[in-house]
Amino acid sequence: MNAISSTYALVLKDFRSELRTRYAVNALIMFVVTAVAVIMFALREDHPGNDVLAGMFWVVVFFTGMSGLSRSFVSEEERGTSMTLQLVASSTVVYFGKLLFNVILTLAMVLAVTILYMLVFSGFVIETFSIFIVTVILGSLGLASAATIIAAIIAKANTRGTLYPVLSFPILIVLLMTVMSATSKALDGLELSAAYSDFVVLGSYCMVMTAGSWIFFDYVWKD
Amino acid sequence: MKNLRLTVTEVSKHFNRRRIFQDISFSLNCGESLSITGRNGSGKSTLVKIVAGVLSPTRGSVQFYRGENALVEDDVKHELGLVSPYLQLYDEFSATENMTILSSIRASQDSEPSYREHIFNQFNLWDRRNDLVRTFSSGMKQRLKYIFALYHKPSILILDEPTSNLDEEGINAVREVAEEFKKSSILIVATNDQSEASWCSRRIHLG
Amino acid sequence: MAFIRYASILLVTFSLIAGIAIPLAQAPQSWLQFPSIPGLEEKARNIFFHVPTAWTTVVAFLVSMFYGLKYLRTKNIDDDLISVSSAGLGFLFCILATVTGALWAKFNWGSYWNWDPRQTSIFILLLIYGAYFALRSAVESDEKRGTLSAVYSIIAGLTVPFFVFVMPRMMSGLHPGAKGDLEGSGPVVEFKMSPNMLVVFFIALIGFNLLYIWMLNVRVRTGRLEYKQLHTEE
Repeated sequence: MNAISSTYALVLKDFRSELRTRYAVNALIMFVVTAVAVIMFALREDHPGNDVLAGMFWVVVFFTGMSGLSRSFVSEEERGTSMTLQLVASSTVVYFGKLLFNVILTLAMVLAVTILYMLVFSGFVIETFSIFIVTVILGSLGLASAATIIAAIIAKANTRGTLYPVLSFPILIVLLMTVMSATSKALDGLELSAAYSDFVVLGSYCMVMTAGSWIFFDYVWKD
Repeated sequence: MKNLRLTVTEVSKHFNRRRIFQDISFSLNCGESLSITGRNGSGKSTLVKIVAGVLSPTRGSVQFYRGENALVEDDVKHELGLVSPYLQLYDEFSATENMTILSSIRASQDSEPSYREHIFNQFNLWDRRNDLVRTFSSGMKQRLKYIFALYHKPSILILDEPTSNLDEEGINAVREVAEEFKKSSILIVATNDQSEASWCSRRIHLG
Repeated sequence: MAFIRYASILLVTFSLIAGIAIPLAQAPQSWLQFPSIPGLEEKARNIFFHVPTAWTTVVAFLVSMFYGLKYLRTKNIDDDLISVSSAGLGFLFCILATVTGALWAKFNWGSYWNWDPRQTSIFILLLIYGAYFALRSAVESDEKRGTLSAVYSIIAGLTVPFFVFVMPRMMSGLHPGAKGDLEGSGPVVEFKMSPNMLVVFFIALIGFNLLYIWMLNVRVRTGRLEYKQLHTEE
């Protein structure tokens, strides 16, 4: 179907662009490394409990996301290529293309944070891998979904830098609390079923956010 | 003759309580051409953007028809080509890459390679087709915008400031294209220049 | 509107006085006595102010969302005006609700803030309002400002059911209605009030709502006049 191939082509364009310029990837990697390093220095000899580790994990993910996920829309606005994109793609294609790009970026980011955490914090041991995997996937989908629509909104506004976390945080609190609780359960080694309620919240959050964003995206994107 | 029609009905645009223009209406069939003139700031580019579908009017509507059927937004993408000072291409990609990437997003029917080579030559960018747009001069970027506008063989060509940044050779190429379009398709030209305005059979004056 | 203005002043004043002045007694004899609930006693009076303000802030948010949605369809700047006016009032009532809630928390449970789900929810609402106004101040075009803030308030509104309905069930907390509450968890709290308390409570509730309506009306009328004044200067 045309829309699917168009969307795929758009995601490809963003990736190829990223490969050429490496704006987002550089920023994200540096941010993750710096953030983890700062936390490491702050904790030094302390061995934080699982709930603190889980919380810190997603704090780093959140702020890293805030530094990189708005690029997909802001760069188009800043370089004046929004109009070009509007001429070749429908709103739906643009929304899902940008969303998919952000989902992949978020998953990569979470993977990086996971690896770093496992290397740096001896207390970060994932006992229940199944909970962790499901949490990470659903959490990334939800984070990317909210981050994408907010990125589209702030791209059309003036002060882009600080506005992004200010708008995103209230929307993401529910997601963050839930993933932190689920990740904590994964570290504690609880059964998969203990996290079912968390998964239900995450799953419905993803669906509601994506559907709502898609419906209203056109109003944001079109001038 | 492609059976295309463009109908603009009572289009008005306000920006922050300032009226830019009001109740613009016109209709164009294939073989017809329209020039939009007016001094700087009269809203020519704004009207162009509204007709091209990249800006919404405060009131009124823009509708494209093939025969009796109104075209949806998705169909219009394939039929419309726009050249505008506000248009930018991706400067981290080469000229050809820009074209292939943007056409795969647009997902139009692929035009023949010979046609594509022809328009690259027409605008004298064939030799530079694999260079990054970042290295292009403003004149070359303008010519690339024409290639982008014509790549998918549109039936409607909208030109805003058609010859800005162009040398005589470029201007001739544009004139050729304009001649072709006003005969068999729809041409809209927004300009301050009287000679360019005279390319078109009809005229709207703003401001 | 004059009726609403007088009615709201009357009702709110009545509930303020009645709420504060009517004495408590162990076993109320007359209508002019509230039952003294062990553990709460005088602190129960807060319910006349905290709950109505919290209720009103939600109403204001819903009204703001509704007119935001309407603006998206009609592009009529008047709808955007109502939306932002309601949001401003919602912000005000939200601050009142947070403060009265925090005061109650201090007197009942020892500290002003404990991240109980209800408290967290009102905090999130406060953040949403703040973000909404931050967004508005960052957009120059009137039309775009209305569109972007309408979409933001709708997206934010979509998360509200999550933290109102879902979070309290998931997390235990101190506020009535959280998981582990013997009365049962959920958004609507079964607060046992005697009939005369209920009367004062409902008068307060209606009074605050009418106050909101009146204030909204004044803000919108003022906004319209400002708009007209700026408009005719062109």
